Order: sequence, then structure tokens, then C-alpha cells
Amino acid sequence: MGVAVVLTAFAIVTDGLVYAAYLFLVAVGLTLIFGVMKILNVTHGSFYAFGAYGAAIAVGVYFDRGLPAAGGFLLMVLVAMAIGLVLGLILERGLLRLVYGKDEVVVVLVTYAAFLILEDVIQLIWGANSYALYQPLGVVGNVDVGPLVLSGYDIGLVAFAGLLAVAASFALKHTRWGRLLTVVIFDRELAAAFGINVSLVYTITFVIGAMLGALGGATMAPKIAVTLGIGVEVIVLAFAVVAIGGMGSVEGAFLGALIVGECRAAAVHLAPQIELFVIYAVMALVLVLRPQGLFTRAQPRKI
Amino acid sequence: MRHPILDHACSLTLLLAAGLPLGLPPMTAGAARAEEPAPVKIGFVTFLTGPAAAPFGIPDHYAAELLVDQLNAGQVPVPYNRVGLGGAKIEAKFIDEAGSAADVVTQFRNLVERDRVDVVVGYVSSGNCLAIAPVAEELKELTVLDICGTTRIFEEKPRHYVFRVNPHATMDNVAAAKYVLDKYKDISIYSGINQNYAWGQDSWRDFRLAMKDLDPKATVDKELFPKLFAGEYGAEISTLLTSNAQFIHSSFYDGDLEAFMYQAAARGLPQRIPFVLTAGETSLYRLGPKLPDGAIIGARGPHSFFAHDSTLNTWFQKVYVDRFHDQPVYPSYDFAQSLFGLKAAWEKAQAKKGGSRPTTEEVIAAFEGISFPTSSTTVQMTLGNGHQGITDIAYGTYKFDKAANKPTVVDIVRYPAECVNPPANVDSIAWLEGGMKGAKCD
Amino acid sequence: MTLRSLVLGTLVFLLVAAMAPTLPVWLVSLATIALANALVVLGLIILWRAGLVPFGQALFYAVGAYSVALITRYTSLRDVLVLIAAGAVLSCFTAFLAGFLLARYREIFFAMLSLAMSMILYGVLVKTETLGSTDGFGVEPPTYIGYAPQGRMHLLMLFWLVLAFCAVAALLVSLYFRSVAGALAVPVRDSEIRLEFLGISVNRLIHLNLVIAGTLAGIGGALAALSIEHVDPNMSYWTTSGGFVFVMVLAGAGSVAAAFVGSFVFELLKSIAYDILPGTWQMFLGAALLLTILFLPEGIGSLFARLRRRRQRQSMSATP
Repeated sequence: MGVAVVLTAFAIVTDGLVYAAYLFLVAVGLTLIFGVMKILNVTHGSFYAFGAYGAAIAVGVYFDRGLPAAGGFLLMVLVAMAIGLVLGLILERGLLRLVYGKDEVVVVLVTYAAFLILEDVIQLIWGANSYALYQPLGVVGNVDVGPLVLSGYDIGLVAFAGLLAVAASFALKHTRWGRLLTVVIFDRELAAAFGINVSLVYTITFVIGAMLGALGGATMAPKIAVTLGIGVEVIVLAFAVVAIGGMGSVEGAFLGALIVGECRAAAVHLAPQIELFVIYAVMALVLVLRPQGLFTRAQPRKI
Repeated sequence: MRHPILDHACSLTLLLAAGLPLGLPPMTAGAARAEEPAPVKIGFVTFLTGPAAAPFGIPDHYAAELLVDQLNAGQVPVPYNRVGLGGAKIEAKFIDEAGSAADVVTQFRNLVERDRVDVVVGYVSSGNCLAIAPVAEELKELTVLDICGTTRIFEEKPRHYVFRVNPHATMDNVAAAKYVLDKYKDISIYSGINQNYAWGQDSWRDFRLAMKDLDPKATVDKELFPKLFAGEYGAEISTLLTSNAQFIHSSFYDGDLEAFMYQAAARGLPQRIPFVLTAGETSLYRLGPKLPDGAIIGARGPHSFFAHDSTLNTWFQKVYVDRFHDQPVYPSYDFAQSLFGLKAAWEKAQAKKGGSRPTTEEVIAAFEGISFPTSSTTVQMTLGNGHQGITDIAYGTYKFDKAANKPTVVDIVRYPAECVNPPANVDSIAWLEGGMKGAKCD
Repeated sequence: MTLRSLVLGTLVFLLVAAMAPTLPVWLVSLATIALANALVVLGLIILWRAGLVPFGQALFYAVGAYSVALITRYTSLRDVLVLIAAGAVLSCFTAFLAGFLLARYREIFFAMLSLAMSMILYGVLVKTETLGSTDGFGVEPPTYIGYAPQGRMHLLMLFWLVLAFCAVAALLVSLYFRSVAGALAVPVRDSEIRLEFLGISVNRLIHLNLVIAGTLAGIGGALAALSIEHVDPNMSYWTTSGGFVFVMVLAGAGSVAAAFVGSFVFELLKSIAYDILPGTWQMFLGAALLLTILFLPEGIGSLFARLRRRRQRQSMSATP
């Protein structure tokens, strides 16, 4: 009996980590864009979807040719970056630039309009069928822990998410560009007053955010059926994690993802009835206790 | 001097005026010649966009297009060889089912009142079927609901203008329970994973009730309800791996089923515990070898692998594959079935009238209680005062044929219609709770 | 100025009401839903003027709708005014309770918290199998002080009812905007701290606005439920809230009339899109929204505002 409890506890911890990795990968791009540009980017769902489709097709072809596995994973990342770069640039330079300075809600609606258009673009390009990229799952193998089988790919995802969190955190604090971004997150006007090219920072941030969004989709592609509508589900999850973690905070997104992931895993194992509510309940609770999310700098009140 | 207000006002007026021409009855494509009867306008509603397009909308659309073209050319085998409906060609209009209930109802009203269609055929989502049915009654529009599975359509209220040829979802789970108990003697524990919405909840409820009737000592270990289109099932798979169920029931279909299977198969779950997939047929072609042998597969009726041999079936498969280079799955069969029913009723009414075009009331009178052959089986409209069809059903075990590299189903068992459907005038849930009294299973 | 727009507004409403029996039936049903949704948008405009955009108005919309639906399902009450009143009272109460928490938040956190609340209601409704879960259930047709209309009259009566509610709401909201409380919305958006220094409780002001917006959304939901004759949990989903925000931006924050025109234009656009572009209607709507934002950035309401300013300029230049 005790073994079953320990096993369940272990399963909850590992499942929570996997779901947290999924949430983090999906949300980190969004929190950067939101922190720097104060834009709730609904098109983030499209980046995710495009990344998934791109990976499903390109990497699927790669694996079918029987080429070495390591290259396949590298290709996954490269495809995502390429898609994010192109889409991000088109959207930021072509569309967002036209509405900077307008009411925040208007900008959100612009991204929403872009999302609607891109949803149908996906259907026009790839049709309504679903695509599968199951090869990477098989390549990596499994780890057995008693009756529990952990997928190697899942473990890889957790490691990848962790590395990404560390890298992003480091980049923001210790590289020149990272520091510039941090300043703009903190206070846009002040940054501009100090001569920082805020417009360029915006473009670069948006493109990085797009790449990260596409990367989220590409890394999740082997686990899901890549079909219409996968972007919609992801948007709200990403928004919730960003709200929990605090605007622009990578650590916040990481911690928020962990909390939600573990709570949800616990719910699935112990109280499946409430699984649907968990992310919203966590978000509500966090916001009640810390109204600006987990990690925000104290903002001085401006008169 | 420019008058921006006038410009904008003009464009707004134009926009509003654009709505009005839509109110005029659309021109029929090609003026009807003197001898040719006026065409029958049918509005087809199914998911053309969104995540339900791949599993249902596209197969429905294909089947509808195919049948309309073949019927209009008179190429369908006997007894459906007359052109169109009773000689009148079919004019099809396709509308997307995606959107909120308000959108769906508005589009239905548009079809009936603005586009003046004679019949509406379609609807996949049970929620939409339930929202449409009263409106169809209000507008007195003959409506053939397609694949929605809820039993509530005819059990909550009697309907006059609404028909559903395809059986509701009760028989899926009754037959599944019978099959799994026949195959695995001595079941004491089972689990289930179903999507957390009406379809998943209803399927699980029906399955549990059927299991209780057939094997009272069996208990449920885990009942999981992940969100619809959740996509990521790691925690659920872990839960099932650490449970001690002897089989797992699931009404997952298409995208969710495939995602779940990829993740589950990678971790050895379906290899360890057999799955009962009541709607599994939709995914077999895509899952292929990824689905381990031994899964119990249903197709919500005797469709595709389970279809009875007949000229209609051979013909349907052939023209479908020739045209779309893809195997028809059960939604296509179901849609074809709906159209065959409409045609059978229409032509019966027309014959009774001596060859002239029947009115809606006459078609309804002919439709009620009718029995007709389809590409899958024979349908009898016995439930819901003759408005709801029943058919037999079949289940089988999955086996991937490595030599031929295609999915097959073996150990097929058929269950007669009156064995797995409630008798006339008995509510499904009451029937299940009452031990399935009145079922005829010889 | 106010008297003029009052007279004009009344005339427009009367004209539309008179025209209704002559219009094609599908247009009347479409307009009914559009006007019911317009009430929700009106509430959103009130909040937007204060700088807040909730992404969870669907919560109050659903509360209003389900109130009506539950009453017709479990009781024999059918009088339409009783039903709407129930929807209004329950959604008002929900907004009152929710406001205690929501009024303390701003910007994205306000939006996300209200979204969370509407999604929690969604979750509860999905879990409730007796209410049909995601399939929802039907709403019985109402009676109008004893009169039970049949066929076409049923649609017309409902349309006139919704029109009447919209007219009253338009009047009350216009008066509200001219009141002190309403006028204070703009400073809330621009500089809360200064208002606080003036001794005005910003949180209480926002709470009031939330209650008004919530009640309007509840009435809109109740009317929508009567019009569609069906309720389902999707009415509380975040995409429903998103749809209202969509129309709000289309309409713009400038004028009350814009909410109604904007909502009607949106429904019409949607119907056109479904009709002529069955596979790509989303793209059409997205493009329409984009074009509106780019070329009419203050929404359709800005057209009315420009007309007003033009008339003002003319009247000013006319004086010697």
C-alpha cells in the first residue's frame, strides 16, 4: 500500500514537471513580448501552431529518410526559429508598427485579427487534416520506474525547458541586449530618454518571442496531433501563466508553470473532477495574494 | 472638396445594402428546361473549419459532394438510381457549423428563410442538434440531423419536422460492453478516459450502466476526463499506468485519440492494458502500426471495416477512393446514410402521389417508420415515433497487417439493432438502468 | 445638443420598430441577437472609458442567460418581464460580489482575473450533467403579460422587446455619461492617483461601473437566451468574451449609438462571411476588424462624433 502511495507521489511530481515544461515553453515568448511591449499577443497561438506544422512536416520528412536522430532535433529547433523569424518580422514590421501608441486594447484586437486570419491561412496551406510527428518519441526510448513508464522525450522536454529558463534569465541579466530589454521592461519612457532605440528593441523582442512561440509548437509536435485549432487552446494557458508569473518575468513564468503543472498533475491523479478548474483557480489565488503576479518589480507611483 | 463623412456613410450604406440582396431568393444555377423538374435545394451543415473539420467536417463534405454529384448523374446503384430526388436534381449549399449556438441558429434561419432551402441535412455537434431542433419545428423545415449522438433529441420532446437516420450513441457503448465481456471473461476492474464534455460524459455513463447490467461485479478504478482537445496527456497516462484496470474504455476520436495513442504507446500503456475505442475507426488509417494490436474498435455502426457486403457498399467505397484518394471513414458512411434515407422517403412519397413532387408533409409521412438499405446496412426508423433510426452495429479487434501495410479489424462480432437499441417509446437511460429489458439478442 | 440627440434617437428607434414587420424574417432574428449583444458591448464601453477591459463579461452574460433558462425549465413562470428581471438581478448580484475582488486590479490582471472567473463558471456548467453539460438545454418561449404569440409574431414581439430594452439602456447610459460618476471615468483612466487625492474612492467607482456593466451583460444574456432558445456553457467561455471585446473595438468608445450599429454590422458581416466564404469566414472577419482598426481607429462611433463636431463647427461659424 505504501509503495502505491510513493509511486503516485512520484508520478505526480514527474507529470507536474512535464506539464510545467509544456506551459513554460508555450508561455516564455509571450511574457517577453508582454513585458517589453505591453502587448497581450493573441497571435502567439499562431506562432505555436505554425511551429508545430512546420516541425511536423519538415522533421517528419527528415526522420523518414532515416537520417541521424540528433540532426532531427536540431532541425526541429532551426525550423521553429526560421518560422518565428519570418512570421515575427512580417507581423511586427507590417502590422504592429501601424498601431503602436494606440490604446492597448486596440493593439490586442489587432493581434486577435491577425490570429483569425492566420488560422485560415493554416487551413489554406495545410488543409484540415491532422499531421503526426511520432518518430522522435520512439527514437528516445523510455525509463521504467516500477509499473510507471517515463517517456524519454518528456524527460528531454523538462531538461530543455529548464535550460531555456536558465539561458533566458542569464541573457536578460548579463548580456548587453538582455539588459537593454530589461530596462525597457522596467520603464519604456526612461529607456528612450537614455537614448535606447526602443523601436529596434521592440522588433527584436517580438521576433524572439515569435521564435520561442514557434519553438514551443515544434517541441510539442511529436506529442500531439497537429491539426486545426491547436493555437486556440494554447493562448489562454499562456496568458494565465504570464499573469501568474508577472509581466516580463522569465523566472515568474517558470515558477508559475511549475505551480500550475504540479497542481494539475495532483488533480488528475487524486481529484480528476477539478482538473478543468485548476489553472484558473491557481491564477485567481495568486492574483489575490500578489495582484501583479509573482515576480514584478515595485513600481513607483507616478503623479 | 472631400467629404470623408459622405465617403464613410456611403460605404456603410453599401455594406448594409449588401445584406439585402441576400434576402432575395438566389438565382437557380441554369434555368430549368421545360421538362426538367425544379431542383431540390438542400442546405448541408457541417464543420468546415476548426478542430472538428478533420474528423467529421471533411469526410461529411466529401460524402455529400460525392453523393450529390452521383445522384444528379443517376449513377448510384439500385434502388437509388433515379436522378437526384425523384428526378429533381439536388442543388447543394454548404454552411460551416463552427461558431457559437447563436451563430448556428442564425445560420439555420438564414438557410431556411433567406436561401429558401427545401431540406437541411447535417449537424455533428449534439449541442447544435439540440439548439436547431426547436427552430426547425418553428420554421416547419424538414431537417435530417446527421451524426450527433445525443439521445435527447427525440426523448425530450416529440418532433414532427426533424429526423435522424443515424442511430444515437447508446448502442455504441452497449455493444462495446458486450464485446469486451465476450472477449475477456472474468472482468472485475476497468478504467475509462473520456473527454470532459457531453459526448465523453454521456459515453462513459452509458458504458458504465451497460457494464453494470452485463457484469454487476465489475468495478471502476479510474475515470479520467481531460479537457476536449487537451493534446497533452502525460498525467493521465501515468495515472492509468499505475492503475490496475483490465481494460480501458475511451470515446476519444481523431486528433485527441491520435495524440493520446502516440504518447501512450511511447510509454507502453496500450501494450499493457487493452483499450476499447468506441469511435476508434476514424483514426486507424493515420495511427497505422502506432496502435498496438488488440485494441477493440468501434465505428458507431456497421461502417467501413464492418459494412455488410452489398453492391451499394462496393460502389460507395470505389467512387469515394477514386475521387478523394482516401478511404471513407464512418462519418462519410453516416452522411451517405442520411441522404439515402431522405431519398427513400422522398421517392416513396412521390410514388404515392403518382409521380408529382411531394410536399414536406408528404415526405414526413413517408419518412416515419420507413426501412431502407444503405451502403452499410439496413436502417429502420423505429424510435422517436418513427423519426429516429436504428441499425445493427459491429465491433472488432485491431490488427495491423504488416505485409500489406494497412490496418485491419479481425474477430468481428455483429449485434442486431434491437439488441443494442432501446425499444420504441423507452428512454435510453431508463432502459439501461432497468437492465435493458426488451432487448432482442438472438 | 442633448435634446436633439434624444429626439433623434427616439425617432430612430421608433422607425426601426415600425419597419420590423416589413423586413425579411431572417434579418429580424439577426437584428434581435445583434441588439441583445449590443447591451453587453454597451457595458464594455462604460468600462473601457475607465481604462479597463475585462475579458470575462461572458460570466454575467451566461448568468443572465442561465437564469432565464433555469426558470423556464424548472418552473412554469413564463412572463418575459419576470424572466428578464431575474436575469438582471442575478447578474447584478454576481457583478456586485465579483466587484469586491475585481475592482482592485488593473490592466492585464483585471482582464485575466475576470477571464478566470468566467472560466470557473464554465467549468462548473460543463461538470453539471443534469444541465446537459456542454450540450446545454432549451429555453421555452415566453409570454408577454399573458399574451403568447405564435409564429412570426413571436419573433416580432421579441424584437420589439429587445429594441425597447436597448432604447432604455441607451438613454440611461447616455445620462450616466453626463453624470458626475460617469464623467469621472475618464480621469480614472488617465490618472487614478489624482482622483484619490481629490478624495474619491477609485475602487468604489470601478465597482459601480462593474455592476452597471455586469447588469447590462446579464440583460443581454437573458434576451439572447430568449432569442436563440438555447443556453450552453460556451456562453461563459473566453472566446464569447473576446467576441464582445471585438465588437467594442469595432464600435469605439465614443458614442452610445455606436454599440448598436457596431453590433448589427458585426452580425451582418458574420452572416455574409458564412454565406459567401464558408471555409474562410474567420479570415474575412479578421480582415474586416483589421481594416476598421487601421482606417477607423476610433471605431464606428467616431463617425457619429465627427458628424457632431462638424455640426458644432457649422453652428459656431454661423454666429455673427
